Amino acid sequence: MVNQTNNPAINIKNLKCHYGDKLALDDINLTVAEREILVIMGHSGSGKSTLFKNVLGLVTPTAGVVEVLGRDISKLKKKELYELRKSVGVAFQNGALFSSLSVRENIELPLREHTRLDDSTIQIMTMMKLAQMNLVGHEDLMPAQLSGGMLKRAGLARAVIMDPKLLFFDEPSAGLDPVTSAELDQLILQLRDALNMSIIIITHELESAFNVADRITILDRGKQILTGTREEVRASDDKRIVNMLGRKVRDEAIDAEAYLDSLTKGRSK
Amino acid sequence: MTLALTSNVKNYLLDLVERLGRSGIFLISGLWRIFTPPYRLPPLIKQIYFIGSRSLLVIVVAGIFVGMVVALQFYDTLVRFGSVSLLGAAVGLSLMRELGPVITALVVIGRVGSAICAEIGIMRNESQIDALECMAIDPYRYLIAPRLLAALISTPLLTAVFITVGIGGGYFVGVVLFEVSPGSYFIGMYDAVLWQDIIMGATKSLVFGLIMIWVATAKGFFLHLDKSGSHGSEGVSKVTTDTVVLSSIAMLYADYIVSSLIL
Repeated sequence: MVNQTNNPAINIKNLKCHYGDKLALDDINLTVAEREILVIMGHSGSGKSTLFKNVLGLVTPTAGVVEVLGRDISKLKKKELYELRKSVGVAFQNGALFSSLSVRENIELPLREHTRLDDSTIQIMTMMKLAQMNLVGHEDLMPAQLSGGMLKRAGLARAVIMDPKLLFFDEPSAGLDPVTSAELDQLILQLRDALNMSIIIITHELESAFNVADRITILDRGKQILTGTREEVRASDDKRIVNMLGRKVRDEAIDAEAYLDSLTKGRSK
Repeated sequence: MTLALTSNVKNYLLDLVERLGRSGIFLISGLWRIFTPPYRLPPLIKQIYFIGSRSLLVIVVAGIFVGMVVALQFYDTLVRFGSVSLLGAAVGLSLMRELGPVITALVVIGRVGSAICAEIGIMRNESQIDALECMAIDPYRYLIAPRLLAALISTPLLTAVFITVGIGGGYFVGVVLFEVSPGSYFIGMYDAVLWQDIIMGATKSLVFGLIMIWVATAKGFFLHLDKSGSHGSEGVSKVTTDTVVLSSIAMLYADYIVSSLIL
């Protein structure tokens, strides 16, 4: 399914990123092959969103190289970066739909801005994406009238309207019920097969991650602690990964007294 | 103590310079997009409708009452000196040179500035501006330039409407209620108001429109960089209040500068 032989869709080498004095990402090395689904996991503050922003060129790395579709984005001029972004789709956690535009207008927006297609072609393409996302009949609603799952699907429709080679999806399952979440996972797999895209997903949801991932990268406090297949992640002995997967940490007893002391230290009179 | 004070002053000044620089680059970037292709008419018309057309009613109402009050006050003063024939000139000059541009700008700041700042601030909060960047859509061209140009077109037009209905309101009080001769009302105004006064009014309305839209869009756009750290709905509320306060004060300061340059 994954094409490892060709040029990778994303190639990150020794990436470091600081926010002021704070090191947000430390020595990240990552490749995403064509048609591969890579899931990035980690606790809040682990650097997932910063990595996402670095790859999209929204943040400039302190050191290292980020190649997206064969282009080193730190060397691109703004115009070239915008040109590259036309081949990249981004679906945000909350959909990030424009509240003053209807669902249809939101989905059409990239086509209207970047192509000279006539109205009827744009409408046909939009309806195809709406059908793919199971949103037909909701196209004239405003974003405020949509449920959480529909917002994510509408955001996804807008992200793939230009048939990108690379899709980023931020927290697809966050705030969704298990059934809707599973449907969205299925949709992501269908999209990868239909559009031959590489997909990067940021998520906290273990079930969703293991449903869709070809490989999983786990970040902790800005460091990449593991990148591997689902089986490799499941088999990992790393305490942080074991904790994240919800399994009991082996060979480590919790000292409740010491833990309470650490919480109350300096507060007792 | 002194060291801490010096450090605080230094940090404040650095922050001020940073904000001024950022806002200056923001304005230049927005204005640059107005004059460079591609030119898009629909977003401009939408913004002119929002800023201009939808402010029309409140401007007309404000203009009528301000014109009436000005005529009433001047009539009461002029009648003491037996110079009621100067009523038209007094109403015309005060509306044209000062009250028209200032009160129109204050109304527009309250109605439009706050709304635009809140709209862009919410877009920033909900990652909609990041989404534009990710879709390779330049937010300056898509969001800022149409609003800047629409404000530069709409504010002088609203000021003209305000002055016109204000003169009408003054006519009602002076001519209809106090029986000043209609001829002396209009001829006095015609003789007193010079091109210089019209240029002053037009310049002020243009400058005030620019200040209002600059402050409103920049405050919303840079909501995430606000050093006070308030984001979410609290952040939007804060920058909206800041917009109204800052643009009102900046507008009054600019009023003095423009008056002193032209007079």
